[in-house]
Amino acid sequence: MQRNPQLNAKGELQHLLSVEGLPRELIVQILDTAESFAGVTERDIKKVPLLRGKSVFNLFFEGSTRTRTTFEIAAKRLSADVINLNVAASSTAKGESLLDTVANLSAMQADIFVVRHGSSGAPYLIARHVKPHEHVINAGDGRHAHPTQGLLDLYTIRHYKRDFSRLTVAIVGDVLHSRVARSLIHGLTTLGAPEVRVIGPQTLIPAGAAALGVRVCHSMKEGLKDADVVVMLRLQNERMSGALLPSAQEFNKHYGLTADKLALARPDAIVMHPGPMNRGVEIDSGVADGPHSVILPQVTFGIAVRMAVMSMVAGGG
Amino acid sequence: MKLLVKGGRVVDPATGRDDVGDVAVADGRIVAALSGKPDRVIDARGLVLAPGLIDLAARLREPGYEYKATLESEMDAAVAGGVTSLACPPDTDPPLDEPGLVDMLRRRAQALARARVYPVGALTVKLEGRQLTEMAELAEAGCVAFSQADAQIADTQVLWRALQYAATFGFPVWLRAEDLWLAKGGVAHDGEVATRLGLAGIPAFAETVALATLLELVRATGARVHVCRISSAAGVAMLRRARHDGLPVTCDVGVHHVHLSDMDLGYFDAQCRFEPPLRSSRDRDALGAGLVDGTIDCIVSDHTPVDDDRKHLPFAEAEPGATGLELLLPLALKWGVQAKLNLAQTLARVTLAPARILGVDAGRIAPGAPADLVLFDPQAPFRVSAQSLRSQGKNSPFLGLELAGRVRATIVAGNVVHEA
Amino acid sequence: MAALPDAEALCAQLAAELRQRIGPASAMVGIHTGGAWVAERLHAALGLKEPLGLLDIAFYRDDYDRKGLARDPKRSKIPFDVAGKDLLLVDDVLYTGRTVRAALNEMFDYGRPASIALVVLAERDGRQLPICAQHAGARIDVPAGQRLRLKRGSDGRLSLELERAA
Repeated sequence: MQRNPQLNAKGELQHLLSVEGLPRELIVQILDTAESFAGVTERDIKKVPLLRGKSVFNLFFEGSTRTRTTFEIAAKRLSADVINLNVAASSTAKGESLLDTVANLSAMQADIFVVRHGSSGAPYLIARHVKPHEHVINAGDGRHAHPTQGLLDLYTIRHYKRDFSRLTVAIVGDVLHSRVARSLIHGLTTLGAPEVRVIGPQTLIPAGAAALGVRVCHSMKEGLKDADVVVMLRLQNERMSGALLPSAQEFNKHYGLTADKLALARPDAIVMHPGPMNRGVEIDSGVADGPHSVILPQVTFGIAVRMAVMSMVAGGG
Repeated sequence: MKLLVKGGRVVDPATGRDDVGDVAVADGRIVAALSGKPDRVIDARGLVLAPGLIDLAARLREPGYEYKATLESEMDAAVAGGVTSLACPPDTDPPLDEPGLVDMLRRRAQALARARVYPVGALTVKLEGRQLTEMAELAEAGCVAFSQADAQIADTQVLWRALQYAATFGFPVWLRAEDLWLAKGGVAHDGEVATRLGLAGIPAFAETVALATLLELVRATGARVHVCRISSAAGVAMLRRARHDGLPVTCDVGVHHVHLSDMDLGYFDAQCRFEPPLRSSRDRDALGAGLVDGTIDCIVSDHTPVDDDRKHLPFAEAEPGATGLELLLPLALKWGVQAKLNLAQTLARVTLAPARILGVDAGRIAPGAPADLVLFDPQAPFRVSAQSLRSQGKNSPFLGLELAGRVRATIVAGNVVHEA
Repeated sequence: MAALPDAEALCAQLAAELRQRIGPASAMVGIHTGGAWVAERLHAALGLKEPLGLLDIAFYRDDYDRKGLARDPKRSKIPFDVAGKDLLLVDDVLYTGRTVRAALNEMFDYGRPASIALVVLAERDGRQLPICAQHAGARIDVPAGQRLRLKRGSDGRLSLELERAA
């Protein structure tokens, strides 16, 4: 079972499970298609009839209002019907297996499953068992991947910086637990960004990080120097109790993005964050709301990117 | 029952003998010659006749896990795989910490009259790592050694006392070397693959830290320790030094770990979820080298039947382990060919060597030895599938693949218990 | 087989025709890709007040289920208010009529025009929907198994060509 399960025999996108393994041309096509959809969101009638009659099932095993909402908006702008499944309260909580849950939904004529799950690899298991006309979009699996976030981050970077081949990108924070970081790193290396750095204390950088093609830095001074793009990752409270970090304060002092640390980067650097932000922990309010920040545009771009992904997986023989 | 196995390629790992000949069996033992006509003649031309395989780790799932497998199905699997003796770990439900349970298991196995079963008793009560079991009672009931299976003893003082107590009676202790805390939460080898796949990692030093502790305690207590399922290059190196220093430790490796590495996880294939995890290809190669130079004594199947419901889950939620009794022979042969060993040398690692660790007279073909034999075709293909496997455990990374080595007949105590 | 007409000449001919009918509420929209090229010519020649609109019908096609999303969707851009306008919808070749149907649906998602007239450089047999052009540069017979295409050379010159149908 080693064939890339995301692509069908013709190399077309059938599921979106991870940015890793997507050919360069396909990533560019997704970004280009997203740009066309951005035009739709600027009109009065923000809908196109592409997925009319199709059903998108949001299967979120991990809570998330924001990601689920943007997927719902994107699906509705494509004229699809959207069903949100609150799994915690549903049959899965009663002990039904993941595959049984999917089989039941499949019997209800689903076309696209948008899945968020706490276990890395869950969407792959689902994709192995769905029918040929059903498509799986990974909305985040464990710490493995969050491909639509990675793609919208790439879209954002392309929007402001155009050319990946000259970029220095710094990703800061809890890389160990971050599916967002992994997806972005795969995208950046595929698109040819020459210098991708991860910055954090040793406890938050995974063992195999160098094998991902990134440069590991343990200080902001080293890692932010001349960066074109700074991506801040969210620091979760659990990290303090897991003996990975002593306190949010100490983390902020050494790894939080403040104005003076940002000054180490290039004068025209952009600041990104997948959200939601912990103001005062990984990022200071001044920076989050400041002129370098493109955090809100990221959210807008996210809708167009998700529209692009949905319409690319669902179409075609 | 007088049996004559005629014209087979007789391979005896004890002497290195590898030639065509006849082997005679009477009253459950190999004899130099039969007095009178045989009751049955088996035509062994074109086949290899070797001592029956001895597997130091095969989970039979009784008592307690009958929905996964039963003694009947797994004993069928054992002899279908050419395994004539096996040791089963104590992690049944309830664990084998009471003489009554051990006794019952042994009787059931004996009644089935297939492979010989050697129960391994629990080292601590309920395997919880706090209170010692009545090892002497358990030994009397039939336990050949004591183990924690996959449950680690967190309190090193308890571990020390357990080894001291076992050493008092000369009981062997079989332990996996893994630090409970360093491995906590991990599901895959902590390396490039786990990082890419976003899986919590178990670093190789979880093994070496525990191994260092274990070796020191062996030095201090003189306990006879057998290290189970070594998994890392660093662990092999440590063992090599320990044996060089004359420490009386032995060691085994799981048959899947000499073939597979973490690269085989692919796209989260739960069939490759093992404890200890499959490590890097460098580690796998070191395990192979350790088997060749004798640092690692033998290969075991670590047979673990898992039902589909517990395997068809996201990787971290799936139950670890693979079915192994019927794959031990073909996979051992495959490894031997790759390691450029001859057949006698390869088979020694699944017959003579484990027999020595078990302390039983087996694993050799010579007059007077017990007639535990396997007759197999080393070239015939064996397609691994749910249909071809006798075990109720159909969980295998090799599903759908073909391996070379088919068992044609298995003889235990002079009786033909399996024929194909 | 007769030679194909000169595309540039057809553009000039259409521009002359359209000059008779344009008024203060007129606006032009070209359908990507060939229709956009023709519209650029016509818009420049006619000097319309409103800027040129461009339409990509990728998201309104009726063959999405069979063929999936087009490889290289362009961005539709209508830089004027559609309400109350007399639209001139421009395409290169009118064949089955499905492209025009998709374009009409898309235009109505932008607003409610006063009227829409279809302008095509060339029309050929093979209508599958009840659509016709109010202004057509030329009627061309296309042999079976062939397709009529508008090409733009590196010098920007437009030309009609026949090629084998896929």
